Amino acid sequence: MKKKSSLFFIILALLVLVPNISYGMHVMEGFLPAGWAIFWAVLSLPFFLVGIKKLGQVTKNNPDAKLLLGLVGGFAFVLSALKIPSVTGSCSHPTGVGLGAIFFGPTIMTVIGTIVLLFQALFLAHGGITTLGANVFSMGIIGPFVSYGIFRGLKNKVNKKAAVFLASALGNLATYCITSLELALAFPDPVGGVTASLTKFLLVFALTQIPLAIAEGLLTVIVYNLMVEYKEKGVLKLGNI
Amino acid sequence: METSKINLILLILVIAIVLVPLIFKSDAEYGGADGQAGDLALEINPNYEPWVEPLWEPPSGEIESLLFSVQVAIGAGSIGYVLGLLKGRNTVASNR
Repeated sequence: MKKKSSLFFIILALLVLVPNISYGMHVMEGFLPAGWAIFWAVLSLPFFLVGIKKLGQVTKNNPDAKLLLGLVGGFAFVLSALKIPSVTGSCSHPTGVGLGAIFFGPTIMTVIGTIVLLFQALFLAHGGITTLGANVFSMGIIGPFVSYGIFRGLKNKVNKKAAVFLASALGNLATYCITSLELALAFPDPVGGVTASLTKFLLVFALTQIPLAIAEGLLTVIVYNLMVEYKEKGVLKLGNI
Repeated sequence: METSKINLILLILVIAIVLVPLIFKSDAEYGGADGQAGDLALEINPNYEPWVEPLWEPPSGEIESLLFSVQVAIGAGSIGYVLGLLKGRNTVASNR
């Protein structure tokens, strides 16, 4: 109980006293020890390779796939560059990978997510080369897989727009949860270990991220609606969405 | 309801989500560096030294915002191209 209340106090103090701190989704360059950096890179690589293979397949089978890839890629580029203010007084950004996961499945978004993360690591000093594997794992793998899974699970049970909203919003939150986990594993709290450290990262991340996840969900529904409309009018060939 | 109407409402909601914190918490600084996630890490383990520096960092906030704008421009251009193409296809199809 004492530990819990002191933790609460620390987080409260962080939020109140330092209103300008902000937490993005990327793990910064050099902020994972070499062992963890290699671990996440090795874990992410097979998903990337499957994604490359899938990319070849979908573009071969459907001429409109390239068009849609341009759309979902552009969506991820725009959303991951928009730093949006949150109620906590700091900024963070959406991921934009849920939309593509719904249209193409998760691994293709691993490839697109990697391109976005590489761009930001090389030109913006956001994220990094050594932490690329970890960032790809959270934003390019877990986020899209959660989005894809939720959409698949819900699309025949609830309103499809609601399924798209939940899929993209929760995929965004999942990305942040994994980033927290990656940091917590590399920076276990000296007293409470990984669990205490995870709670710290999660609480600070989650508060900022919730409104942004909602915004991402709404934006994803907008683009989804447009694509469904064009599909119904017969001018866009799309799989079962 | 028409798709365009639903989308307009959704867009207004998104704008509201962005504006609400700016209006009701106007004294916050809205610092934006992704990098500050590291502060908490360093607080937990003060002995940790980041072992790699970014290869290149934008020399100023202006250059950084330039590159962010380039990223958005690439994305928005791509989205606009696709939406325009589909709109055109639709116009051609309905005039036939």
